[in-house]
Amino acid sequence: MLAEAFKFPEINAILRWQDIFTSFNKIALIAVAAAVIGIVVFLLAGNKDAKVAPKGVRNLAETTVEFIEDGIVMQTMGKSGLGWTPFLLSLFIFIYLCNVPGIIPILQMPATARMAIPMFLALLVWVVYNGVGFKHQGITYLTHTIWPPGVPVALKPLVGVIEFISNIIVRPFSLTVRLFANMLAGHILLVTFALLTQSLITAETQQLLLKPMAILPFFMLVFLTAFEVLVAFLQAYIFTILTAVYIGGAAHPEH
Amino acid sequence: MEAFSMLAQLTGDEEKAAQAASSAGFAYGLAAIGPGIGIGYLVGKSVEAMARQPEAAGMVRTTMFLGIAFTEALALIGFVVFILIGL
Repeated sequence: MLAEAFKFPEINAILRWQDIFTSFNKIALIAVAAAVIGIVVFLLAGNKDAKVAPKGVRNLAETTVEFIEDGIVMQTMGKSGLGWTPFLLSLFIFIYLCNVPGIIPILQMPATARMAIPMFLALLVWVVYNGVGFKHQGITYLTHTIWPPGVPVALKPLVGVIEFISNIIVRPFSLTVRLFANMLAGHILLVTFALLTQSLITAETQQLLLKPMAILPFFMLVFLTAFEVLVAFLQAYIFTILTAVYIGGAAHPEH
Repeated sequence: MEAFSMLAQLTGDEEKAAQAASSAGFAYGLAAIGPGIGIGYLVGKSVEAMARQPEAAGMVRTTMFLGIAFTEALALIGFVVFILIGL
């Protein structure tokens, strides 16, 4: 029976790899590579002559910076937020380069599909936007976050609890889970369809139609890989834009 | 029918694992209903807005992605619960 031939591997088998050396595995390797590639590309671009027309690496870097400025900072924080471009740019590049190995052959593993990297990034963002809030508004930041202006006095206890939970506790949690679960779900989908294709091809069966049917999950696999290209970009974009929204909201509470 | 007769023979840990697997499926299915409706409604309205005012498309798209991110989080928490109790 096919159902018996098709065994889904343990979740650890999908997500782990042999340790290269103690406590340094594929995920750490991808994360380090992502950081190094980002740094090297932007250092190379920074060393080019700024007066001539950009090409090659510099073109790529300028396009990315422009995308962050026009697509994220100007849309959410306005002109006063342009100073945050370097931070948001590093976040975006790092998350994107961590996501993309999910569809690169041989690597086939998004580093953000483990909880640690998204959680650390979300905690970093949490520290940053709370710090910005205290810096710009002083101690009134606390009352502003807990009670948005215009709340009736009778509702203050209820609104206070709700706003505190949603702004202070749920935000980093949902940032983490959004990135992590999206990448993990994509990875598991790819694994599922790859395994389905393999088990249909290698199935020991007398029915002639069964083996050619492997084309169906294979098409799905190709389609999902293309979809993951989009998801890798979209999740980096969403993480960055939410960071921008949180920082903007902490710096200027009126809007 | 074969599956049901197999279920009847399960004991102890096996039965627990079977229950965990089926409730994980239910949990994810239920968690996907609300966000599914929400994202459908959200994107539909955004497309309507973009069709009416193509010059505001950029702003609408940004806000749409924000809304999708917030709505989608619920379904993703359901997915994480599915992983936690099902596997």
